[in-house]
Amino acid sequence: MSTVIFLVDHNGGKVAKATGELATFAKTIGESVAVVFAANPAEIVTQLNNFPVDKVITVSGEWEKNGPAAVAEGVAQIIAAKKPAAFLITSTASGKEIAGRVAVKTGSGIITDAIGVDKNLITTQSVFGGSTTVHAAVTTGVPIITLRANSIEPVAATSTPTIEEFAATISDSAKLSTITSATPVVKSGRPDLTEAAIVVSGGRGTNGDFKPVEALADALGAAVGASRAATDAGWYPHSHQVGQTGKTVSPQLYVAAGISGAIQHRAGMQTSKTIVAINKDPEAPILELADFAVVGDLFNVLPQATARIIARKG
Amino acid sequence: MAGQVLDRANVDAVLNDLDEYAVEEALRIVEANSPTKEAGEASGHSITLISMGPERATEAIRKGLSMGADNAILISDASLAGSDALATSLVLSEVIKKGNYDLVLCGTESTDARMSVVPAMIAERLSWGQLTFAGKVKVDLAASSVEIERVTEFGNQVMSAKFPAVLSVIEKINEPRYPSFKGIMAAKKKTITTMSLADTGLAASNVGASAAWSAVKDALPRPARGAGVKFTDDGHGGEKLVEFLVEKRLA
Repeated sequence: MSTVIFLVDHNGGKVAKATGELATFAKTIGESVAVVFAANPAEIVTQLNNFPVDKVITVSGEWEKNGPAAVAEGVAQIIAAKKPAAFLITSTASGKEIAGRVAVKTGSGIITDAIGVDKNLITTQSVFGGSTTVHAAVTTGVPIITLRANSIEPVAATSTPTIEEFAATISDSAKLSTITSATPVVKSGRPDLTEAAIVVSGGRGTNGDFKPVEALADALGAAVGASRAATDAGWYPHSHQVGQTGKTVSPQLYVAAGISGAIQHRAGMQTSKTIVAINKDPEAPILELADFAVVGDLFNVLPQATARIIARKG
Repeated sequence: MAGQVLDRANVDAVLNDLDEYAVEEALRIVEANSPTKEAGEASGHSITLISMGPERATEAIRKGLSMGADNAILISDASLAGSDALATSLVLSEVIKKGNYDLVLCGTESTDARMSVVPAMIAERLSWGQLTFAGKVKVDLAASSVEIERVTEFGNQVMSAKFPAVLSVIEKINEPRYPSFKGIMAAKKKTITTMSLADTGLAASNVGASAAWSAVKDALPRPARGAGVKFTDDGHGGEKLVEFLVEKRLA
């Protein structure tokens, strides 16, 4: 049986939800093998029992200190030793960089930002702002594939994976850049934008007042996004920007409030499963994209929807 | 010491928005570290734009030169068409090796291909420090070191490396300047060196579509989204919206 190795993405001792998606993809292809790089892998390993994982390879050490260069080196050593059928990693900024370096080191082809991979290692990508679906395959070396979060519903499992400690080494050339300090993102208590199943976004139509957007997001357990117009105006942090120059999201539900739907914004949310839009302008392009659109004032529509959702739960 | 800074303009004929930030940041690094407070020969530093693309990319390069870069290298060869990120990073690395640069600055993503992996691949190939996704850059010439604030999904990190290093800058790092009339006139006199693939020392078998290590099987237009429901708010818009969500089991 073919073995598929994937990198466990963790932050602050917590495994990212998207790692469950990698495990799910790996298991559909063959033996699902997780790789954990951490100072203390034990606290990470136990969290993997909820995913379809057959085996865990742990590499302990100060891996985070040297950024993607060091982890890429460790991954390349594991690939050389285990000769997997493919290597999967989540499409975060660091994930793609690690993937790129691993591809160079192992002489392998790379496919980034896939939204799926099948048992024949054919990937699916959504390109040109979601207007085109591309199927592709790596033809040289070990396929290195980065997968976007929210591409698949992670399969819940009760696994008792075997655990192997792997002694990887960090060379001097992987230590050329050093992380000297880190400031974690201030947690809002809301889900992470790129991982959330529901995203509620506000744009120019909010006029800088994001309260109704946040209230609906909280009622739905959603993350809050913003259009470029809103982040450029300083109404909401840039880290919440959805669009070509911001984050790309693909949630189950995307609610666009007071967002006209410029191509730049659509490129960042077009692959959402269901799209709802609220806009005063009946000609706003976002309305054409929406599965359900309300032509109206978000300051009336959002609070009414929020109250109704809270009442239903009550 | 001669701090040399290098930029990669994009393959697009229009200087890619995201790479204008890299050009601007390079100019600011030079200005902050030169007695003349200006880029150009008198500053003792130089900025070279490196671009891989068709001849029409010269227009994009002219813009970078008008902004204040000193000279440019255009790698143009029919065999480069269809190069993937691996081949692109290989060609750029070979060209960078031929120069004597301290820093390479790149944009974060090209708007045509969303592969933000090229800067990391260049750092890997050159065995240089990798300082990417920079929201702030601070260069210490005396110490031959550079420090950045790396902006990621999980927060910011301060990262540092000695020269030489590969940097990528995020949008928002600065406000790129508009070329002045003086800058546009001066750019006409600046040198653009054109290199063929043979000049880089690589063979055609290393690059282009035929050397790509991944292959597209098919590309299909995404099925159009079915026409959605459009409701004009009559005072019940919010309630109708929730009805829709409940029907779809989303609320």
